[in-house]
Amino acid sequence: MALLTAKGIHVRFGDRVVLEEVDFDVREGEFHGIMGPNGAGKTTFFNVLTGRVKPNRGSIELAGENVTGFPSHKIARKGVSRSFQIMTLFDEFSARENVLAALPEFRDSGFNPAKAVTAEKKWQDAALDVLAEVNLAEKADVKAKELSYGERRALEIAVATAQRPRILCLDEPTSGLGSDGVRRLSDLVQRLKGKLTIVAIEHDMSFLFSLADRISVIHWGQVIARGTPSELRENEWVRRSNLGKFA
Amino acid sequence: MNGAANNSPDSARLVTPAMLLVWALLATLPLWISRLGLYPYIGIEILIWAIYALSFNLVLGTAGLPSFGHGAYFGIGAYAFGLCQFNIAPNLWVCLAAALLAAALAGAFVSLFISHRRGIYFAFMTIAFGQIFWTISIKAHSITGGEDGLLKIARLPADFGVVAFDLKNNVSFYYFVLAAFAVVVMLLWRLIHSPYGKVLSAIRQSETRASHLGYRVWLYKASIFTLSAGLSGFAGGLFAMAQLAAFPDVMSLHHSGYVVMMTLVGGGLVSFWGPFIGVIVFLVARDVIGAFTNAWMLWFGLLFMAIVLFKPEGIAGAWRSFVQERGGKVWKSVAGERLRLLFRSG
Repeated sequence: MALLTAKGIHVRFGDRVVLEEVDFDVREGEFHGIMGPNGAGKTTFFNVLTGRVKPNRGSIELAGENVTGFPSHKIARKGVSRSFQIMTLFDEFSARENVLAALPEFRDSGFNPAKAVTAEKKWQDAALDVLAEVNLAEKADVKAKELSYGERRALEIAVATAQRPRILCLDEPTSGLGSDGVRRLSDLVQRLKGKLTIVAIEHDMSFLFSLADRISVIHWGQVIARGTPSELRENEWVRRSNLGKFA
Repeated sequence: MNGAANNSPDSARLVTPAMLLVWALLATLPLWISRLGLYPYIGIEILIWAIYALSFNLVLGTAGLPSFGHGAYFGIGAYAFGLCQFNIAPNLWVCLAAALLAAALAGAFVSLFISHRRGIYFAFMTIAFGQIFWTISIKAHSITGGEDGLLKIARLPADFGVVAFDLKNNVSFYYFVLAAFAVVVMLLWRLIHSPYGKVLSAIRQSETRASHLGYRVWLYKASIFTLSAGLSGFAGGLFAMAQLAAFPDVMSLHHSGYVVMMTLVGGGLVSFWGPFIGVIVFLVARDVIGAFTNAWMLWFGLLFMAIVLFKPEGIAGAWRSFVQERGGKVWKSVAGERLRLLFRSG
């Protein structure tokens, strides 16, 4: 059964149509990749899924609940977390603080002016556990801005997973990484796969084709193909659009 | 950081060594301030402006919201204190509560319009609302006394039921304001190191990320603006007591600018104590440079420009950098440790 379903999503900015009648679904536990050329509408579609952009038409259902047009904070509370193509961390916070701020139990205490953050050991420990998952436990007290690029990418994922999401949306997670970095990230995502439902936009085809259960190809604001990696390799549209050549 | 929460052991405390040091120093101020060539009343001004600046820094330093019309809430508090005294109940606690509540209500009203804005739009909106309140204070002559202000405000006694203190004397009033300052410092310290303070700090760094973590960003912005306005109004109520009057001048744009200058010069963006330091520097500069020239603000303005250009983290930040650059020698000394406690969290 689909955990997330988008039907007929249509987005226009002014007179420019960015997404046109996009249908999409993600099954529970699935890794669903999204690929397509620059400007195809992938990130806009992500922004629609995560509440950053309201669609002009269409609907989104999360576990059977209509969440169309919900703002991003509400979508996040429903269990959809995301990373950003342009990394968006709390740079002045340490890695631990970044993760801590994402913990649901911390968020639920957000309006509590009486507790001392540092005195809440269970929060600190929970944050450390999440960092350990992405091999950043040793860098827990290093400020986010002082981490290396690859570590910041891993921290982005740690922040997203700390929310204990039902769906993890990754926007070009390998962007800017070297081959070693991609390999480490690939290992990390492999570990998360199965535990989480993942939707990932990605330009690195070998990364995507090696991990994804299904892939949707977006081009000109439309889904032009969808299927398993092996199906897509044979897809005529994908071949024509020159997207599958690296897979 | 500013308000900024940090991970020092002090962040979990209600009272820190730095607070004790500052309070002890301030408690003895009436004994030595005259020897520095300054008049004792400046102590009252410093404390009231410090409450105001620390409250203002909740918005500017902690939440990163550029509010340039905060004088309005300071002034509303002053007027509310006087009007409550004349028309509702001549009771100190009731009037101070009225000052806080009136300013908080005004802040809450304004926050409804500005909490979905950010950056320059947020700043302009705060200026616009500040100017509206200032204009009202001048034009509503029958209520506020217009440009003449609200005169003959009394320093009401601090009645604790079993014992009451007369505050007409400047020294007794100074200690009353010091007690209020101490309470405000404790509350703000706790607040900025709480989850609430942490979320505000997160919002300052990235509203987008905070929103995608599930935080209702506008509500946090509205609530901190309201709280900051309320506490500024509380300071305004104390100011009305100190001046025995409430004037529209404190609501003007240039008076709103004073608190911004104090906060930035002192280092409010990087230090909890920054606004307090800025208030001292500003008011002492006013009196010391003012003794030589009427154009003291020209010189202070130049200092402000120099700080913004060369040391944007302000005096507290510059001090912290200096101590860190000196390395272990300073850190190991007792004086260095005391100062570290004073400035690190800072």
